[in-house]
Amino acid sequence: MSQIIHDEHPILMKGNEALAEASLRAGLQAYFGYPITPQSEILEYLSEQAPNRKDTVVLQAESEVASINMVYGAAGAGARVMTTSSSPGISLMQEGISYIAAAELPCLIANVQRGGPGLGTIQPSQGDYFQATKGGGHGDYHIVVLAPSSVQEMADFVFDGFRLAEEYRMPTMILSDGALGQMMEKIYLPKDGSLPKSEKPWATVGKPKSRERNYITSLHIEPDKMETINIHLQDKYRKLKKEIRFELTNVEDADIILVAFGLSARICSKVMELARAKGLNVGVFRPITLYPFPYEALASYADPMRMFLTVEMNAGQMVEDVRLAVNGKCPVYFKGRMGGMIPTPEEILLEVEAMAEKQRITNQSAGYL
Amino acid sequence: MNDVINGQMEVVYHKPETLTDTPMHYCPGCGHGAIHRILMEVIDEMGIAEQTVGIAPVGCSVLAYHYMNVDMQEAPHGRASAVATGVRRVLPEKYIYSYQGDGDLAAIGTGETIHTVNRGENILMVFVNNGIYGMTGGQMAPTSLCGMITSTSPYGRDAHHVGYPIKITEMIAQLPGAYYVARHSVHTPAAVRKLKKAFKASFEFQKQKKGTCFIEVVSNCPSGWKMTPIEANAWMEKNMLPYFQPGDIKVPAAMK
Amino acid sequence: MISGTVVIATEICKGCELCIASCPQESLGLSSSINRKGYRFATLVQNNCTGCVNCALVCPDSAITVYREKKAAKRIPQTVIASHAV
Repeated sequence: MSQIIHDEHPILMKGNEALAEASLRAGLQAYFGYPITPQSEILEYLSEQAPNRKDTVVLQAESEVASINMVYGAAGAGARVMTTSSSPGISLMQEGISYIAAAELPCLIANVQRGGPGLGTIQPSQGDYFQATKGGGHGDYHIVVLAPSSVQEMADFVFDGFRLAEEYRMPTMILSDGALGQMMEKIYLPKDGSLPKSEKPWATVGKPKSRERNYITSLHIEPDKMETINIHLQDKYRKLKKEIRFELTNVEDADIILVAFGLSARICSKVMELARAKGLNVGVFRPITLYPFPYEALASYADPMRMFLTVEMNAGQMVEDVRLAVNGKCPVYFKGRMGGMIPTPEEILLEVEAMAEKQRITNQSAGYL
Repeated sequence: MNDVINGQMEVVYHKPETLTDTPMHYCPGCGHGAIHRILMEVIDEMGIAEQTVGIAPVGCSVLAYHYMNVDMQEAPHGRASAVATGVRRVLPEKYIYSYQGDGDLAAIGTGETIHTVNRGENILMVFVNNGIYGMTGGQMAPTSLCGMITSTSPYGRDAHHVGYPIKITEMIAQLPGAYYVARHSVHTPAAVRKLKKAFKASFEFQKQKKGTCFIEVVSNCPSGWKMTPIEANAWMEKNMLPYFQPGDIKVPAAMK
Repeated sequence: MISGTVVIATEICKGCELCIASCPQESLGLSSSINRKGYRFATLVQNNCTGCVNCALVCPDSAITVYREKKAAKRIPQTVIASHAV
């Protein structure tokens, strides 16, 4: 990951606005979006800033379907472009995302998740993990997924996101949630204009006589051609592994490792503090790139003497990837809240204590849920 | 190509340069071929091929980018006008057109169509209306005529069951963002000449940043209608043109 | 009558007959042989083409190139030139 250069002085900002301001500083050329709680502030902030940013187009589209297709057009024309939405709106974008991934166009998408399924609530959740990481649209494709867990990361991941999207020519998603979008924290914004532009010789800008025409498409009717395209995409996703990111806190001596992303990871940091105060050796493994997922790193901590507790604000999504990584070497438990409910550190601590108790009784790792 | 035969004759009509040499996959007699040619001819004559970006739809003309030698993007079904909007907003000085069929523009893409025109996006929207879904095998379209037999209206379109053929062009003409709206066809030489004038005017207006130019081209579908090309054009003239009437629908003062 | 002729790309032609129907001189007809794709292609059946361009205008496959006799330049009468002189 390249280092981001930050402003000297901090500022108190709301998550959504930090993301929006960071996108302007990253050289955003176009934003197409539609209002939906809890992320409308992004569109509002950008709409307000637009007159100060002559090189940035901000357009409220008529729907999320229209938004993602405008992103497709602008991305194909070589622009640095972003859209944002929340869970139900992201569902509407899945067709467009599949097309953008297949056409190998770069773009940044932020999902400020809310409780679901369906219309759900406006409260935060992490229910779109599967949709984001397993490809919510049709076909074999992936997008890069970055999970911030602070307002600072809401801003920083915009820079990382554009860089990854353009380097690998694929959509990148910032998978956030309503709490991170609404909370205010002291942050250091990335320096304005400090993300270099990238060359896009493939863009449709009007064909000069000196080259063949560029065309952006995801249609390859002959199956052998389509398979070649798919093989190429899979190769790309393999190369992406060098961008894996995660954060470790106190895992080396931990008997219980909490695995969590985003807001849940923040809560788990508190759980770790409370548990350590009670003499329990607890650590936190926080995946930052949810795709590509840190399977190998996680697997390296799987040990018969350890237990994992995956904490999510959903019915159990990332836990499947944790189980895949751990591959049966030790127990992987799950604690989740759904529908927009946020777990408290205390209720998670109860789970941790129960796990520790079970460990003492059984004395070994034999038998786990 | 010889410019002169026998030293006495000169070329007075040839395929436009911006139309590629790739043989077209369209059915014999299909209007798409002529419409593509006239569009490319205008682009050639105005010398704007190097500054043009086209958006292809899903439908029979999904492979339009094989025939049009300009930078192009393939849009998801129905979304061509939104994709064109994205391109237009980041390339304010280029010439942009979208090219869609009746399902693309007036069924799945209706929302994008209306709002693109409502915003007055400075693009040319080409709408090819043949009252049927050709690519997928001849199903009913939103513009299929009452009584028209298609694979999903095997007893003829029944307005009571599925509603009347939609005149999307007249609908969007009412929006202030629609600058120039016209309907033409390509079934006779005279009609082709009129269409060419309409395309030319549209690109001129685009240069002046006037707003959306929307040109519907009523076309045949010999395969879908199960007729020979000549029969299909005759049927079209007799049945479709009285309902989808050719001519200017919204004309700016500049053209009167 | 101005004379013209057409050159039809026989491998591109799909025998849709729209050019035949559009020709005011009835100069065109379908060939008796078929091209590589199995289509009978359009071809000149008479020698009376005027180069009016109708056929090429309607051809969906842009298969027709039209030639026409070059027109002789008109002579401008001397008196007209004089009266416009400043």
